Amino acid sequence: MYPVAVFLLLFVNWIVLSGKFDAFHLGLGVLSCLIVTILSQDLLYHDRTKGLKARLLEAWAFIRYLPWIIWEVVKANLHVLKLAVTQKGYEEMSPRVVTFETYLKTDFAKFVLANSITLTPGTITMLIRGDVFHVHTMSQFLEDDLLTGAIERKVAEVFEPEVLKKA
Amino acid sequence: MTEYFPLIMGVALFILMIPVLYRIWVGPTGFDRILGANVIGTKTAVLLVIIGAVYDRVDMFVDFAIAYALLNFVSAIVVSRYLNRTISLKEMEAREKKAKA
Amino acid sequence: MNGFQFIAASAGSEGGSLFPLHLFGMFLGFLGLIFFLGTAVGMMRFPDFYTRMHAAGKGDTLSTMLMLTGFALVTMEDFSLGSWLLFVKIMGVVLFIFLSTPTSSHALMRAAFEDDEMPMTEEDLKKSRKRGKKK
Repeated sequence: MYPVAVFLLLFVNWIVLSGKFDAFHLGLGVLSCLIVTILSQDLLYHDRTKGLKARLLEAWAFIRYLPWIIWEVVKANLHVLKLAVTQKGYEEMSPRVVTFETYLKTDFAKFVLANSITLTPGTITMLIRGDVFHVHTMSQFLEDDLLTGAIERKVAEVFEPEVLKKA
Repeated sequence: MTEYFPLIMGVALFILMIPVLYRIWVGPTGFDRILGANVIGTKTAVLLVIIGAVYDRVDMFVDFAIAYALLNFVSAIVVSRYLNRTISLKEMEAREKKAKA
Repeated sequence: MNGFQFIAASAGSEGGSLFPLHLFGMFLGFLGLIFFLGTAVGMMRFPDFYTRMHAAGKGDTLSTMLMLTGFALVTMEDFSLGSWLLFVKIMGVVLFIFLSTPTSSHALMRAAFEDDEMPMTEEDLKKSRKRGKKK
């Protein structure tokens, strides 16, 4: 089932990038997508034990997650703009490094958490070692928000609901 | 106004690139320089779309923009891999213990 | 030269049926320029590498996304198949940049941290400010 999914993804990419719909170009697309699928289909989707439904649920969770993260990006940019342009914001800057441990298990959830920390206001991920995150922060009140775990809870709600039920 | 929009955007983007270029010029460490190069590279992808809008061939220039964004990402990853010293995790933990003691 | 001829030729065609969409696209483009101003000034003014990374990693993502989305809306002249394909392509670039810029900034950050370049603490910042005032 996974090779078919890889082939369909590659073929959608081909159609969007070529933009021609005659038989010759579509045939070339099928041929080249088949060759790439046969040669290197094991590079995409590392964990093959999940079914199709779980994958679709993951994609749907990512789409549900997007509006919140886009609003966070806008807030982060306003914060950077305030720090950069005004003198008052520049003086209240106090950089430091914070370390905390996460309860998320899967790699994809950790990736999303690291990117979310980078995109939320005032914080940026420096180093991940197993479960331990090293985070560089810009000012005090944002650090409190991080340590109470608001971002982590939001990521866990979307990507790993079973972890929250246990806790 | 629609037809002047790409020109205005391009010129403004080019002027705003100058501070980043200054950071590449004086940047104290090599990481500052590669960071500035990365920012300019991302903006060049936008600039390619703008050039496409000026010449009315956006469908062609978008492909260049895709290739440029991919190349920019790969170059950042390669330079960061080249510049770090790759100490192992065990060594790092030992160093932390020493710093605590 | 070609570009200017194109501009001169299409100067009289202002205000089609899609003008609100174009106006919205232009608004997004100028918003992106404002956020990129924050990034550029931050790259100049911030004291050390890690704080500069804040400006670059965040401002770069949002300003590029906004500008590309604005251009995708401005170049949308009619709702034919070709223009929809162009729109989808530009949104593909936006999605790729949204995923890749935080990742590459994280990789650079990690390389700098493992290269023993220590981040500036609050005390260092105060000292450098005092030194700046004495001069």
